[in-house]
Amino acid sequence: MIELEEVWRTYRLGGEPIHALAGISERIEAGEHVAIMGPSGSGKSTLLHVLGCLDRPTAGSYRLDGQDVTQLEDDALAELRGHRIGFVFQAYHLVARLSAEANVELPMVFLGVPRGERRRRAAAALEAVGLLDRRRHRPAELSGGQRQRVAIARATVMRPRLLLADEPTGNLDSAAGAQVLDLLDQLHAEGITLVVVTHDPEVARRAGRVLVLRDGRVAARLAGSELGGLERALGRGKPGP
Amino acid sequence: MRELLRFACEALLAHRLRSALSVLGIAVGIAAVTLLTAIGEGTRTYILEQFTQFGTNVIGINPGKTETFGIPGVLGGTTHKLTIEDAEALARLPHVRVAAPVSLGQARVEAEGRGRSVHVFGVSADMVEVMKLRVRQGSFVPPGDPRRGAPVAVLGPTLARELFGEKSPLGRFVRIAGARLRVIGVTEPKGQILGYDLDDVAYVPVATALRLFHQQELFEIDVVVTHESLVEQVVEAIRRTLVERHGGREDFTITTQAAMLEVFGNVMRIVTMTVGGIGAISLLVGAIGILTIMWIAVGERTPEIGLLRALGARRRQVVAVFLAEAVVLAFAGGVGGLLAGLGLARAVQLLWPGLPLQAPPEFVVAALAVSAAVGLAAGVLPARRAAALDPVEALRAD
Ligand SMILES: Nc1ncnc2c1ncn2[C@@H]1O[C@H](COP(=O)(O)OP(=O)(O)O)[C@@H](O)[C@H]1O
Ligand SMILES: [Mg+2]
Repeated sequence: MIELEEVWRTYRLGGEPIHALAGISERIEAGEHVAIMGPSGSGKSTLLHVLGCLDRPTAGSYRLDGQDVTQLEDDALAELRGHRIGFVFQAYHLVARLSAEANVELPMVFLGVPRGERRRRAAAALEAVGLLDRRRHRPAELSGGQRQRVAIARATVMRPRLLLADEPTGNLDSAAGAQVLDLLDQLHAEGITLVVVTHDPEVARRAGRVLVLRDGRVAARLAGSELGGLERALGRGKPGP
Repeated sequence: MRELLRFACEALLAHRLRSALSVLGIAVGIAAVTLLTAIGEGTRTYILEQFTQFGTNVIGINPGKTETFGIPGVLGGTTHKLTIEDAEALARLPHVRVAAPVSLGQARVEAEGRGRSVHVFGVSADMVEVMKLRVRQGSFVPPGDPRRGAPVAVLGPTLARELFGEKSPLGRFVRIAGARLRVIGVTEPKGQILGYDLDDVAYVPVATALRLFHQQELFEIDVVVTHESLVEQVVEAIRRTLVERHGGREDFTITTQAAMLEVFGNVMRIVTMTVGGIGAISLLVGAIGILTIMWIAVGERTPEIGLLRALGARRRQVVAVFLAEAVVLAFAGGVGGLLAGLGLARAVQLLWPGLPLQAPPEFVVAALAVSAAVGLAAGVLPARRAAALDPVEALRAD
């Protein structure tokens, strides 16, 4: 469970301070599937990074599963990221020199999981994304969709309770994107808390709840099914079906 | 920890050429230090062995006080000469096995139409003991009163060969400084010290030499002590005895093998260190190479560093990865350089078979430790830079 209270993230670059997050108070229940939308620069990625304990709020409090994480030391945050949180990025962020399998093993290497266990869990995670037969392939030998599925296997191999995805289908065509989204849906169905940043209404539609950010604030909260409202909230003015 | 090392090695293998070049940088440095130190150390031990072949229980006494006053004999008053009688007095001291009077001259030695300019040593029978000489043919200068100079000569093997070829020189005559001397013996080969042929010499009775070269004074008295541990004690006794005999003046210089070896050993050690230091400069260049490569690697792998942090890696682990990479590069260079250096030393040894090149085991250990330390030092800045990256910024750097 996520509880944000008056969370600010302010960048100071000499002159005017930039408020990437400007007082966000939000509660995301365990097992929810939330989409975050909003125009470019509205603070979506910043919010995701704060949720993922990769960035610290400038002000406000963030409680993850009841624990105030704003007070935690660096190492404790790393521990949280390693065991409780999974990240999926638009650009995959696979390590080019490593095989799919080694990429999936990577978090376990740094968390001290013994080798045999690593092998086993990496194989299971690759199996779950349907890429066990590609485990020896390097990222360059995989398609975009396959790369993102390897990244999902890596993000879930430690069985985190929270999965954060920043435009996971942004670089994919619709078929590959759909495959990735199906995987995320499946993970959600298995009980993971899923937060997905997206520009794509089709992606957002799958979420139980959509947060629309504007200038670092939550401008609207919608149900995933309220796509028409979503379109209006985004100001695209595209007629609904 | 082992897993991080593996991860680091994989990263290095991803840039084979670049890694190989930085390994090479360190290898050249270590090889240079190894080779130069081996040559220095080998030369030192070689020369020491040459000197110690006479034994460390030998004490030399020369006329004149060089240690304190610099130039001998310039001090006013009468200086007493070093004489055969002095040698006889020293021979009576306790723990002294022999005290051999030595004079030295340079002369042309002629026989059967051939001639050769060599050093002529005036010695007593005791010289055999001092120089550990062995006689190959005939006999050495006979024992007896050293003041009686018989007209005889003993030849070193080189001189004997040069003058008489394959013929036996025994019983034949040589002419030295106008005198006719009968050859009574030829010594066994002694070899060379620092290029000086110990076998290209002639030995004559000390009184004969003093007469031939018109000398009033000995060149040296060599005292052989019964045991090495008594050298200090005997040196004092010699000093007292000679000071008393020379009217209260210390107008002579006593040199022990130990003192000589120490001075010489120190000089050689400084040479070795200087030469090794020159090699160390190339090691420094190699270290800068690693620093540069690792600095570039951190820049290139910034998104990867962000990713590792997102996956739960601690700052310390990021530091460990980059330090490990630097150390692995340097250590590989250390091993390669050591092997290359020892190989080169072998090759040098084939060229100069006499030179025993030495790389003592503690040097090998030190070379490897130094290369690892060099890697650690070179890795610190890049690793700290990597750890200091903000993970969000790092991820964005793609
Ligand atoms: N490191 C930074 N320094 C200064 N401003 C930043 C930095 N990171 C993000 N911002 C600003 O914060 C705002 C939100 O950024 P971001 O969360 O990346 O937006 P989004 O993901 O919605 O496009 C933007 O105005 C951006 O320019
Ligand atoms: Mg963004």
